[in-house]
This record gives sequence, structure tokens and C-alpha cells, in this order.
Amino acid sequence: MHLPLLGVGLLVFWLLLSGYWTNPLLLTLGLLSIALTLWIVARISRQYRFGSPWYLCRRLPSYLAWLLLEVYKANISVLKNIWFPRRHPIAPAVRRFPIRAKSRIGQTIFANSITLTPGTVSFDVAEGEVTVHAVEEGAIAELMDGDMNDRVAALEEAPQ
Amino acid sequence: MTAMLAVATIALLAVMLMALIRALSGPTVFDRILAVNMFGTKTVLLIAVYGFLTGRPDFLDLSIFYALINFIGVIAVLKFVERVGENDEAEKS
Amino acid sequence: MLVIDIVSGLLLLAGSILGLSGAWGLLKFPDFYARVHAASITDTLCAACFVAALMLQASFSLVAVKLLMVLLLLWLTSPTSGHALVKAAHRSGLRAVTWTPPADGGRS
Repeated sequence: MHLPLLGVGLLVFWLLLSGYWTNPLLLTLGLLSIALTLWIVARISRQYRFGSPWYLCRRLPSYLAWLLLEVYKANISVLKNIWFPRRHPIAPAVRRFPIRAKSRIGQTIFANSITLTPGTVSFDVAEGEVTVHAVEEGAIAELMDGDMNDRVAALEEAPQ
Repeated sequence: MTAMLAVATIALLAVMLMALIRALSGPTVFDRILAVNMFGTKTVLLIAVYGFLTGRPDFLDLSIFYALINFIGVIAVLKFVERVGENDEAEKS
Repeated sequence: MLVIDIVSGLLLLAGSILGLSGAWGLLKFPDFYARVHAASITDTLCAACFVAALMLQASFSLVAVKLLMVLLLLWLTSPTSGHALVKAAHRSGLRAVTWTPPADGGRS
């Protein structure tokens, strides 16, 4: 169970949000709300097992940095579609292709990364395949054989 | 600096107006939800920028709160629309 | 101090332009699925520009941390709501307009 770790995270989150670190009444209310949240999370995780995501943490920072750059590039490309519709006409396409990541959390990260980057959005994830809508055909081709699929798959490789 | 913040506020208001036009003109219910979602996220930014414009950064708490409410609101409306759609299909058959 | 102000002002300007472009795309794109992409610009880079600009003005304080939280919250929730939106639209039978290249290679 990683509930204690979540509790510490929530405590830091609450302290940063509130800014009142000495008022006993507010601190008590904060602790109560954290306890309530932990109880709800424990109830949910009894029904939906998601596995422990902590082994992802080692490679996550470099992936996020790469994703930021990717989001920036995708923004520029969609801006071209908006500003210069004649030179860069939109050509929407829908494709279905396999995800290389095997775990549920890996597939979730991949689908969310696709949706976060403008120009591509994931419809549906089922049986290790994702359906993607893109403003341009090229964006999908890039996703299918591109870096993102490999990088997410590399994320979930267990550390030695 | 205040001038830039004012320009940003006006730009955000214009963006929200355009989102509102899309929300009113539709044509599908999903266009409307998309526009309302965008209106909500721009409200979050507007509150933050306006807080800095008036020199009251405590507005940020409202902005975080609004971001959460907006997200939950969109998901709730989508659940509702999806259910209604399913019921329609069930009635047709 | 002056440099920070200039960079912050430029970021605010960039954010405004990105936001207006996204909204313009939202009004102009032909179908729902294309509009999702336009709206996604304003949720990602536009929000990041605004938050970065405000963080430069807040310098290192609790305010900057809260600004970062706003950005993280937007970046975490926008793909989720975007995915839910598209999935709901797809389920309800809204078809995407897809474009296949014509034989002459140009769009008339």
C-alpha cells in the first residue's frame, strides 16, 4: 500500500495551499480532510487495482521534459493550420494502432500524452490499441512509428 | 507592466467571448460543452491575471478552486449527455 | 528587474496571441473533432505562457507555487476532459469528417 506516501503528499499540498501553518483549528480541519481523502482512496483502490506506479518515477522527469518540447512543436504546427489555412490545410484522419506499452498505467500515460499534444486526440483505448483523431495525416504516422510510443514503453521497464 | 496585464485581461475576455459565440451557435451539444470547457479554463487564467492586475494574488485560491469545479462540471455534464444518448438509442430500437 | 518585466510582458503577449488564435480556430474549423485541437492550444501553451509570465512577477514565494499548481491542474485535467468529450461524441455517433487526398494533389 502506498497510502502513507499519498498522505505525506496531501499534507504538503494542503500546507502549501493554505499558508496558515500555526492556526490549530485550521490544521485540525486540514488533517481531517486528508484523512477523509485517504479513506476514499483506500475504498477506490480496493475495487480498481492500478498497480504501484512508483517504479515509473525514475524516468518520468526526462519523459516530461521531452513531452513539453513535443507539446510546443505541436502547438506551432496547429497554429500554422489556423493562420495559413491555404498553405497548411487541415486534413483530418482517424487511425487505430497498437500501443507498445503493456501495463495499464503505461497505456494511460500514452493516451493522455496524445490528447495533451494539440493536433492529436485519443478516442478510445481497448485491447492494447488506441484510436486517434488528428488534424493531419502526418501527425498520426509520427505517433505510430515515432518516439512517443517507444519512450512510454521504456518508462515502464522495471529498474534492475 | 500594468499595461501588459490589462492587455492580457482584455485578450482573455475576447477569447471567452469567442468561446461563448461557439457555445451559443453549436451545432452539436459536444461543440457547446467544448466551448464551455474552454470558457472555464480561460476563466481560471482570467482570475489569476486579474488578481495580479489589482495587486491581490490571493485570487489564485479562487482560480485553483475554479479549475477543479470546471473539470468536475465538464465530466458530470458528459456523463449526463452520454446517458441521455444511450436512452435515446434504446428508445429508438 | 527590468529584464524580468520585459520577458514577463512578452510572455503575456504571446499567451494572448495564442489564446486568440485558439479561439479563432474554435470558431473557424469545420467540424467538432477539429475544434477540439484548436481548443487544446489554449489549454496547453497559452496557459503555460500566462502562468510563466505571472510566476516571473511573483518571484519565489507561495504565490509562485500556487501558480505552478494551477498550471499542473490544467495540464492534468485538460487531456482527461478532452478524451472524455471526444469519446462521448464518438459513442453518440458523431462522425469525424476525414479528408483523403484527391488524385490531382491539390484542394480546389
